[in-house]
Amino acid sequence: MTPNKNSKFTTMKKQFLYSLVCFLFLGNSFAQQTPAPKQTNDYTIEGGTAHLGNGQVIENSLIMFSNGKISFVGNANMKIARKGTVINAKGKHVYPGFIATNTSLGLAEIDAVRATRDFDEVGTMLPHIRSIIAYNTESKVIESMRPNGVFTAQITPRGGTVSGTSSVVQFDAWNWEDAAVKLDDGIHINWPNTFSRGRWWLGEDPGLKPNKKYAEEVTAIKEYFEDAKRYLSGNRTPKNLPYESVQNLFNKSQKIFIHVNGKKSIIDAIDLFKSVGITNMVIVHGEEAEKVATILKANNIPVIIERAHRLPSNEDEDYDLPFRNAKILTDAGILVGLGMEGDMERMSARNLPFYAGTYAAYGLDKEEALKLITLNNAKILGIDDKVGALEVGKDATLFISEGDALDMRTNKLTDAFIQGRKLSLETHQTKLWKRYSNKYKNQ
Amino acid sequence: MKKILILLFFSVSVIYSQEYFPTNTGVKTSKNTSVAFTNATIYVTATNIIKKGTLLIKDGKVVSIGKRISIPNDAEVVDLKDKTIYPSFIDIYNSFGIQSPKREQNSSRRPQYDASRKGYYWNDHIRPDVNAATEFSFDNKKAKELLEAGFGVVNTHVEDGIMQGNGILVALNPNSSDGYRILDKKSGNYLSFNKSKKSNQSYPTSRMGAMALLRQTYMDADWYANGNAKNTDLALEALNKNKTLPQIFNTGNYLDALRADKVGDEFGIQYTILGGGNEYERIEEIKNTNAKFILPVNFRKAYDVSDQFLADKISLHDMRQWNQEPSNPSILAKNGITFAFTTRDLKSTKDFNKNIQKAIKHGLDKTKALEALTTIPAQIIGKSNVGNLNVGSYANFLITSGDIFDSKTTIYENWTQGDQNVINSKDIKDLTGDYMVAVNGKTYDLTISGKGDKQKGSVKFGEKKLKSDFSFKDDWVQLTINDNDQFLRLAGKIINASNAMQGAGKDNLGNDISWSASKKVKKSDDKKKDDKKSNDKKLVIQPVSYPNIGYGNYTKPQKQTILIKNATVWTSENNQVLKNTDVLLKDGKISQIGKNLSTRGATVIDGTDKYLTAGIIDEHSHIATSAVNEAGHNSTAEVTIEDVVNPDDINIYRNLAGGVTSIQILHGSANPIGGRSAIIKLKWGENADNLIYKNSPKFIKFALGENVKQSNWGDSNTIRFPQTRMGVEQVYTDYFQRAKEYDALKKSGKSYRKDLELEALAEIINKERFISCHSYVQSEINMLMKVAEKFNFNINTFTHILEGYKVADKMKQHGVGGSTFSDWWAYKYEVNDAIPYNAAIMHNQGITVAINSDDAEMSRRLNQEAAKTMKYGDLTEQEAWRMVTINPAKLLHIDDRTGSIKTGKDADIVVWSGNPLSIYSKAEKTIIDGAIYFDIEKERQKRKEIKAERAKLIEMMLQEKLGGAETQAPTKKEHKLFHCDTE
Repeated sequence: MTPNKNSKFTTMKKQFLYSLVCFLFLGNSFAQQTPAPKQTNDYTIEGGTAHLGNGQVIENSLIMFSNGKISFVGNANMKIARKGTVINAKGKHVYPGFIATNTSLGLAEIDAVRATRDFDEVGTMLPHIRSIIAYNTESKVIESMRPNGVFTAQITPRGGTVSGTSSVVQFDAWNWEDAAVKLDDGIHINWPNTFSRGRWWLGEDPGLKPNKKYAEEVTAIKEYFEDAKRYLSGNRTPKNLPYESVQNLFNKSQKIFIHVNGKKSIIDAIDLFKSVGITNMVIVHGEEAEKVATILKANNIPVIIERAHRLPSNEDEDYDLPFRNAKILTDAGILVGLGMEGDMERMSARNLPFYAGTYAAYGLDKEEALKLITLNNAKILGIDDKVGALEVGKDATLFISEGDALDMRTNKLTDAFIQGRKLSLETHQTKLWKRYSNKYKNQ
Repeated sequence: MKKILILLFFSVSVIYSQEYFPTNTGVKTSKNTSVAFTNATIYVTATNIIKKGTLLIKDGKVVSIGKRISIPNDAEVVDLKDKTIYPSFIDIYNSFGIQSPKREQNSSRRPQYDASRKGYYWNDHIRPDVNAATEFSFDNKKAKELLEAGFGVVNTHVEDGIMQGNGILVALNPNSSDGYRILDKKSGNYLSFNKSKKSNQSYPTSRMGAMALLRQTYMDADWYANGNAKNTDLALEALNKNKTLPQIFNTGNYLDALRADKVGDEFGIQYTILGGGNEYERIEEIKNTNAKFILPVNFRKAYDVSDQFLADKISLHDMRQWNQEPSNPSILAKNGITFAFTTRDLKSTKDFNKNIQKAIKHGLDKTKALEALTTIPAQIIGKSNVGNLNVGSYANFLITSGDIFDSKTTIYENWTQGDQNVINSKDIKDLTGDYMVAVNGKTYDLTISGKGDKQKGSVKFGEKKLKSDFSFKDDWVQLTINDNDQFLRLAGKIINASNAMQGAGKDNLGNDISWSASKKVKKSDDKKKDDKKSNDKKLVIQPVSYPNIGYGNYTKPQKQTILIKNATVWTSENNQVLKNTDVLLKDGKISQIGKNLSTRGATVIDGTDKYLTAGIIDEHSHIATSAVNEAGHNSTAEVTIEDVVNPDDINIYRNLAGGVTSIQILHGSANPIGGRSAIIKLKWGENADNLIYKNSPKFIKFALGENVKQSNWGDSNTIRFPQTRMGVEQVYTDYFQRAKEYDALKKSGKSYRKDLELEALAEIINKERFISCHSYVQSEINMLMKVAEKFNFNINTFTHILEGYKVADKMKQHGVGGSTFSDWWAYKYEVNDAIPYNAAIMHNQGITVAINSDDAEMSRRLNQEAAKTMKYGDLTEQEAWRMVTINPAKLLHIDDRTGSIKTGKDADIVVWSGNPLSIYSKAEKTIIDGAIYFDIEKERQKRKEIKAERAKLIEMMLQEKLGGAETQAPTKKEHKLFHCDTE
């Protein structure tokens, strides 16, 4: 699976009969589970092994939450009153809800059906494009995240050089306004490649060659943001909507997510944005980021890496280099989060815990690996005041699993909560499972 | 860099016009004098050399040759003292004088399924009827280039299509006419794996399709020759006529060379193979083809690695090839493989001799090099009168200043058919050297360098370089020196014996002066220094590994006696787990399972805290192949992946690192009836044949759903039948009906047209070949089972089978197995109802269920994918584990050999660091047939070696660049990763 390729099907041109598409949506319009009502009853989870998401573990833990917020995190040996419904989690594990960065969940339903694809707008410089308004809370793909513990995600537009503005949502909502955890959290830019692919359809070698236009493309980005800066410092008339939309990058209340690979490009990107006064940066993908760790640390720049389940990018690269990526960057002292872009990125996002598990298998401490999809991702998205760890005052977005949730054998959720609201763990898929299992039982 | 040579380049023709043609030139002036070349060193052939010999030619042919031969009185005598005569070269693979066909534009952009040519074969890419002579037009410009490079004869043809027709042999004689210079109008029959540019007919879209097409064409040609066809087929007629010609196949790389040879062997045809220069990478296999080769010498330039960011992208393989390629000819020679050289693929013909010299520096014997340009190409096309100077042969020869493979040698003349073509005047003296010029009491240093009329002089006074102008003509030197703005104009005659010069001149004041120059004699020290210089650069050539890429093996892993002690053994037999158990592997088999085993001489592996299992088997893979879909027809049962197995795919090694030992490489899902499978063991380093299971069970890929009806192929792909699921059923029924009738006819003993496609389908009906069918939606799954039942056979496996859970009861009843993804869905409409509980539901209904990959990345962690059945569907560990070991073995009919830990089965074993299904476990050792193919300890060593070798090669390339050599920009090859629907 190659990141930077939106999907294995986007390159295929297809057009479906309108009626077919209608049929699809009419036929399945009962998609998602009904969102749970606001928490009114208190909950206590007792006796489980709590993985706090901040690196700590409490065996035999006691966790309580009221009104959607965590009110107590401690040891079950403590003799304090248990509030509300008590869930016995003995032998089980408690986790903060997992967070996925850089996803396009809810922006497409079925890859091959063009009518369902809403993640890639036409144009090059599109900071004003906002993902949130296209986010489909009824997506069956989103629903399938929840039984695996993935409850929160950054929804990111793809395409263009500046792809647009992302937002962060939680996965139990009636509409995108309800879903929003943080609106317009960041703007995403696809950094030019130092290599370009041969145009095989013109008879060129399909391999990679140095991109002769790289410098030119970088200059275009620089000019764009310098221009925006000049515009924003003036009287702003006539209104320029794209430039208006980047103002929060300059006042640092919004982050720029730079989708970039390779040490040279990473250095170029950091230099460029610093030079125009945009310093709140996140590196996304970040192949070879470890080789520029000093620069990243000095500028306080985190890195969102890709799923562990991908092939090495060069033929004679270590077979397990993708698996060791998180360990290498963490050891270099970089704040690392885990994102989800590339082949089948939406339906595979439910495997987020297993990517973290693979990073743990290849050197990262298990609780550190968990941080990739909890507190680290929350920090990177600027939502760590609300989610990302089992800590008092944070949202009660958490779940209980029968076993280690980073291992597919034991990732089995028994209870799940978003903002204290008890989630249904049913999905389109569990319904079919039950329906057909019953069919055979009754035969 | 345009080189201007025109002035001295002229030809003198002996033959003026065809003898019986009327002329308009007045009195007939026939000229048929003999020419005798005396005192020369003459290469009659590469091995028959006459010193101080005489060559006598007349009427374009060699009349006599030898040390003492009589020269007729009327002969023109040319004294070639100190000069050498070679037979001129033959370029055996060239498109000289024939324009490369332009690609037909497909205005409708709709695929074309039928042939455009009428009266010919059903496939436009079969063009044996094309005759090079009708397309030929002598190309003076190109002829001049080739003559300058030493060629006298070229073999040319229309390079277009899979069967390309016959070639012609042409003498490079610019002043003659085609009637004389075409030496053979049917010099060979040409083939390739590439489709014709003149037709957009879809079939074949793949290498394996091209191979199947060749086979069917040969069989049809036989059928036709025997008078069985009712129609006239001009292509087959031509093919039958050209059967006796030399058959020359353009392959371009060693894998395709082996593939072409395989097809040839099946029909008793020995192709001569145009190679690609990497034959050395599998020299044993190349040798076993018994084919003669034609080798291009377009050795790659060093990569410019001065930018470390870009240099990182170049694969070790590419860097190695730069280093190793020039050794290709010498390695072939050392292995007794006969080969000729060609200028093909060279950017400039001027580089030809330079590159031959490079090959010689890399160990190629000069005699072999000369043979590869003269006698061998002649032998390939069965000609005895070219490529040598025996009496009666064409007077095609070169006159040179010396050894033709020496960079200092000048080619003076290139004679074709007794006609003189002057390349460099042989009368121009070689003045190169250092001179002392004495004039007006001062001594200047003059250095002359260059060749022929392009010799240049530069002047120094002491250490100071002076501006000067130098020219010479007809033994006279003109030299102007600017010494501090005082001009000396000197003219002098060359004194032959010592290359000294003497003459008169004028100084800046116009005074007459006299001057002389004498050549400096090189001191013996200097000479040694020069010699040392050229020897200093000792060639370092990297060893070849198998495959010749990073992580390749220098020596192929061998069977060992291995004793794994005290491991937890998951047998995959009846959910059995054996704790603290020893397993002995011997002679490639599992020899003993028990406690406290011991055997002398066994390699002992401590299995304490480790898990031992059978190797993982992937029922659905597309790695290790050069092609996946033959999409040109809706049924392609005639093609087989076995033809295109690629043993050099790094994903084999990566799969080993994930504990995979056997895979089925399936054809893709582009058509309802796909191609035949290859079932292989991942024996990294072995050749393609050795990967394929011996007595491999026969399988074929079928496919249902969106891919076969081309739903996602775009708007222009809406004309191939079928476009609906309704049509898919009819495709199957129709083909099986035809196969049944075919089989009946065949068994009746009557004559029948052998049809590769129907052969495979008849095997299915006869239960000799099994179907693995790509499938998603329940309706069509049900349909295919019904079609099979109608023809009285069973579907063996539904692969992907994402809605299998909806018809599990029917599948069980039919007796078909299911091989599915763990959790893929939502990528197209037909997988909307795909659920990760599918495997568990089917398993619970008693179906043999496997978890497959269809993906080079997923296949290296199938243990994790199997573990997902524990999350989705609550299967036990042992049930989950069987889904990637014994169950796929059963589905592939190899469970008698592999798939579980049982005495007597193949020693296909994985040692895991922990519970094999745990995300935290790694494969530490992967063993196939008792040989260790992956070892996590050795892996660390290999990484170090790769790093060191890369650094070494980069240093070598930097040296090359700093030494002034041309370089090329770094590139990274992209290896295509295949899925079912890869076109």
